[in-house]
Amino acid sequence: MTYLADRRWLLDHPTLLLFAGLGVVLLLATAIGRTLVMIHGNTQTIDNLNQRIDAWWVMVAAMGIAFIFGLPGLVILFALLSFWALREFLTLTPTRHADHSSLLLLFFVGLPVQYLLVWQQWYGLYSIFLPVYGFLVLAIAATLRGDAENFLQRVSFVQWGMMICIYFLSHVPALVTLPLASGRPADGLLLIAFLVIVVQGSDVLQYIFGKLLGRHPVSPRLSPSKTWEGLVGGIASATLLGAALWWITPFNVPVAAGMAFVICVTGFFGGLVLSAIKRDRGVKDWGRMIRGHGGVLDRLDSVIFAAPVFLHLTRYWYTV
Amino acid sequence: MALIRALAAQATARLIAGFARLTTGVYGDWRGCQPAVNQRVYFANHSSHGDFVLIWTVLSGAARRQTRPVAAADYWSRPGLRRFIGAHVFNALLIDRQAGGGSAVAAMTDALARGDSLIIFPEGTRNTGDAPLLPLRSGIHHLARACPAVEFVPVWIDNISRVMPKGELLPVPLLCSVIFGEPISVSPDEPREAFLLRASQALLRLKPGEGPS
Repeated sequence: MTYLADRRWLLDHPTLLLFAGLGVVLLLATAIGRTLVMIHGNTQTIDNLNQRIDAWWVMVAAMGIAFIFGLPGLVILFALLSFWALREFLTLTPTRHADHSSLLLLFFVGLPVQYLLVWQQWYGLYSIFLPVYGFLVLAIAATLRGDAENFLQRVSFVQWGMMICIYFLSHVPALVTLPLASGRPADGLLLIAFLVIVVQGSDVLQYIFGKLLGRHPVSPRLSPSKTWEGLVGGIASATLLGAALWWITPFNVPVAAGMAFVICVTGFFGGLVLSAIKRDRGVKDWGRMIRGHGGVLDRLDSVIFAAPVFLHLTRYWYTV
Repeated sequence: MALIRALAAQATARLIAGFARLTTGVYGDWRGCQPAVNQRVYFANHSSHGDFVLIWTVLSGAARRQTRPVAAADYWSRPGLRRFIGAHVFNALLIDRQAGGGSAVAAMTDALARGDSLIIFPEGTRNTGDAPLLPLRSGIHHLARACPAVEFVPVWIDNISRVMPKGELLPVPLLCSVIFGEPISVSPDEPREAFLLRASQALLRLKPGEGPS
């Protein structure tokens, strides 16, 4: 499974075609965004749209670079994303001085060890390490300084941070390690491409349908910007997008559509859950790291929920 | 030798600012004034040794060179690394805490007369309790009266106390922001208590609230 030794897939594999396709889509989006400025002037919505498109160039480039290095590249990229996401998540939590060692453990032991386990392709351990041992250690560490104030609330927040920002997110690079029936390691990379394109495509298409047609909010109190029109249009079109990508996956067309549908729906609820947390904490965005999008968590909320479900469905039916 | 020390100081400065950004993603929110090289006294809430590092990190290069943190001589003048960092990296204005408030204000007034800007923590000590802000000491009032032409900029440093609580060795990475408010100045006949209250309120107004932003 050495990706660096075998670079042939870079040339003769669908990966190149996919990234070329993404490049075309982004060029088109960039052209449309700039044209809108010329027609309507630089309104707030259009400016935000262009910021989002520009940020997409950077995100696609980062994924592309990680793909060149295969599993190690993806492990490092997602470990960094986990670090930034966890920093955003814990910033908004009411931890106290007594939680200092829990937080240090999570950042400097839990996070790197989880990604090392993914790197080692040790499915049996990376799938239980944080939910079992991480959960217990964080609960124990929180007692060590004898502070009982808001105990359950504090521990739960840190445990949620661990699950959301590290554990679930680490399932994205873990897709590469699945022993697919084809035996070609690059097919694992394409599973990641499928997941990320469908889930982010679903977000983008929901945004577009919502901006163009959106009237009826799905859950005005949790997330005022999500509308039924955006939801139905976005999920339907992203499911079609997934079906159209069947050729990069081990799935046939109906299964690819079904997988894409599951990814879109779990992804939508991921966005809704993290929105509810934001409302509860009284903020609009998780951070300000990605211009136009907000924080890393604002961009990854749907991936976080979709990745583990997609991994387990694929693992159950399509691995040897 | 002096050149080598200056280069080392500059490299250390970048290293410290880089580390601060890596850990806290620190972000300067210029709400009440613009980043400028006007002569200023930045007065901030104080809850961690990292406080002035954060303010200093979000200042522009030119503003950094003219801005000096005011710090305790007994801590920062010990020979070795601390003195190097205090004297050469941050160009701190060291105050002898034993010598009394009058001489501290005099030292700060002298520095302002030379054209420096200052970073001060008018609470006088690190706030490690649950109250958002301790009562301000009177030094800032004397300083403001002595230097009426200088802009006194309130600065709220958010979250740093959670990054590095008192007595901890390692920082936890959490996002911090440094919020700059609208400059205040003392009116000629304003009583001390009124000015200190106004300065406190100027700080607390910048504190991010519980409600939606």
